[in-house]
Amino acid sequence: MKFRIYRYDPESGAKPHMQNYEIDFDPKGKKVLDALIAIKETQDESLSFRRSCREGVCGSDGFNVNGLNCLACVTALEGLKEPIEIRPLPRLAVIRDLIVDMGQFYQHYKAVKPYLINLDPEPESERLQSPEDRAELDGLYECILCGCCTTSCPSFWWNPDKFLGPAALLQAYRFIADTRDQATDERLDYLEDPYRLFRCHGIMSCVEVCPKGLNPTQAIGKIKTLLVKRSI
Amino acid sequence: MIPKRTFDAVIVGGGGAGLRAALQMAEADLKVAVLSKVFPTRSHTVSAQGGITAALGNVSEDDWHWHMYDTVKGSDYLGDQDAIEFMCRNAPSAVYELEHMGLPFSRLPNGKIYQRQFGGQSKNFGGEQAVRTCAAADRTGHALLHTLYQRNIAARTQIFEEFYAVDLIRDAEGYILGVVALEIETGQPWLFESRVTVLATGGGARIFRHSTNAHINSGDGLGMVLRAGLPLEDMEFWQFHPTGIPEVGSLITEGVRGEGGYLLNKDGERFMLRYAPNAHDLASRDVVSRAIAQEILAGRGCGPHGDFVYLKIDHIGADKIKQRLPGIRELSMQFAGVDPCEGPIPVTPTAHYMMGGIPTNLNAQVVIPERFGPEEAVPGLYAIGECACVSVHGANRLGGNSLLDLVVFGRAAGNHAIEYLKENPIPRTLPADAAEPALARLARWDKPEGSERVPQLRAEMQRILQEHCGVYRREDLLKEGINKLDQVEKRLPDAALDDRSKVFNTARLEALELENLLPIARATLVSAQARTESRGAHTREDYPKRDDDRWLRHTLYHRENDQLDYKPVRLKPLTVETFQPKERTY
Repeated sequence: MKFRIYRYDPESGAKPHMQNYEIDFDPKGKKVLDALIAIKETQDESLSFRRSCREGVCGSDGFNVNGLNCLACVTALEGLKEPIEIRPLPRLAVIRDLIVDMGQFYQHYKAVKPYLINLDPEPESERLQSPEDRAELDGLYECILCGCCTTSCPSFWWNPDKFLGPAALLQAYRFIADTRDQATDERLDYLEDPYRLFRCHGIMSCVEVCPKGLNPTQAIGKIKTLLVKRSI
Repeated sequence: MIPKRTFDAVIVGGGGAGLRAALQMAEADLKVAVLSKVFPTRSHTVSAQGGITAALGNVSEDDWHWHMYDTVKGSDYLGDQDAIEFMCRNAPSAVYELEHMGLPFSRLPNGKIYQRQFGGQSKNFGGEQAVRTCAAADRTGHALLHTLYQRNIAARTQIFEEFYAVDLIRDAEGYILGVVALEIETGQPWLFESRVTVLATGGGARIFRHSTNAHINSGDGLGMVLRAGLPLEDMEFWQFHPTGIPEVGSLITEGVRGEGGYLLNKDGERFMLRYAPNAHDLASRDVVSRAIAQEILAGRGCGPHGDFVYLKIDHIGADKIKQRLPGIRELSMQFAGVDPCEGPIPVTPTAHYMMGGIPTNLNAQVVIPERFGPEEAVPGLYAIGECACVSVHGANRLGGNSLLDLVVFGRAAGNHAIEYLKENPIPRTLPADAAEPALARLARWDKPEGSERVPQLRAEMQRILQEHCGVYRREDLLKEGINKLDQVEKRLPDAALDDRSKVFNTARLEALELENLLPIARATLVSAQARTESRGAHTREDYPKRDDDRWLRHTLYHRENDQLDYKPVRLKPLTVETFQPKERTY
């Protein structure tokens, strides 16, 4: 199989470039991550990328494969056009090869206070929540923070420092939607900003690439609706 | 000299246990740092699926004492009953605490936390099936890890993401004074000085070729402990999860069987009815794994090579599957090419969990045998989660008890460390050469010449453990395994890296990880060869019976000369009566 992989070694002084690899590899049932590991183990130890769970739940190995952001560990090799082109997630600073600096992405996540705020004294047992209310969190809490959505968003590309991006906004809504949370107003105050939230123009690249099938655009739409409702 | 940071406590590992301990200490206003070789939510806790066990009694009557009985029986009586009482008694409050933190548990119609059946659970000390495992769909580990990470954001815990701990710093009197860690992004070694060091580095099932574990599970804390001259406990006990996807290794939760799924052999027979007449498919994991292995050996496995069995769940209906087992459906479609709403999932026993580990007491302090007493704590050192052996899982862990172990002992470690720090307010003097051994270990991989390569050595080790120390073990197989591993270990000094760069050098990390995996593999084989009985997950073909007279005791493996010590099982619980060992049937 033929691959073209983005290479950047900050210690070499050389500019980033695409490197070709060819490996003898049966793609049947295998994923992009299997091929990357095979290249690293048999051809080029210096090829660098993050990986952990290898089953699509830890979110380490988001890359851009043939133009689309995806998780390498759950992206089948079969059906991909060769040479398979693998690049780091777009718009983030590259540390080395496929490894990007996720610092800004995490900052945006932390900025939405991604934790339950409930100032009532804790009861002896659990707080009650109906299955229907709990179902409001489905499609939100499953986010794995891989960054595929945010780095595929043109609005993020233009304003990576000011627009929070789909992943952070999805998590903002995850807590707004939680009936146990008491900080909806505070959360909406923070989001009511021309950049943080309103740079989303509903392009829906995030929905297209999310490896967990989540829908940040819809969550952002719900936040916008709440803001409108609040203002009238 | 390398740059230094000073903290009250340093926690190595950002999974569920590490983050739970960090939260306890951060909320007590201690200066605490978490070092994690991956961003915390990439830790392996995220892969836990089915749930966390606690006798909440939300679905049917329950009692922590029944949970304790099941755990003692599940451990094949090797678990320490004081620790098991402590864990089961504290389970409900630990789970409520997670709910209060915001964990999005699934809910019952009355609004309480959803609970499902899991293997080895009973009411009333061995009676009918209990319903005890609390779940957030089949993504409980993900929900738990993210919730704990989120609480640590709120508590402003200082997390050093992508820092790899190399070795412990131990002074002449045996106090642990911190760690040396490598900043992965720059290749810069740092000295982290602390009065308390907590190891929360997770498991090491990557010693096996087929494992449910993440790539990162290289048992780093165990390697560090062995190099510090401390022993490991019960390393012969590895859980083979009955239902991993063949070849790939991905876990298919026991929750599938808890929700009504069952196993089939190639004749379409529900063979667990034969092996476990009462509990059927919800017998303990060791029992189910042996049953599957037996079916495969008897030629009743499925597929062209007859090397797996089927797990059928489609009969509960697509709606239930999508609601309660959405993650399993996704995994099964991605890695087995099967939609479980339509057909059975191929599964086979797969190395999953390390019951052994770093010996600890109820406070999560690391303990060593003392010459004139039972055992003593290593001052300043704690271990929690899968890397620790307290021992609540004994010879076989029950499903749903690992997430529980993380939060109960993570909290216990935090609480005890807070007291320890009050009693030990003055830092001890750091030896001048404190970092030298760790730096030497790093420097060793800068040498350019070497005929051996890390991935090859690792693959050979994994093959040896898979073939010589699997579900069934035998004297000659184990002996041969040790000989083969000797050969691999002898080649390690000849291994070198082609890539000796500094910035985010993952090849160097893999080399350092191999240096931890190899001694764990060795401890496993040596401990397994010595234990001439079958207990829990350790099954000896040549010694098929449990032997309480000789072997109701824990193994302690020391790296020096592969020396083995033993210590008694603590049969006396904290307050209740001892559960006397008896024959274990399901």
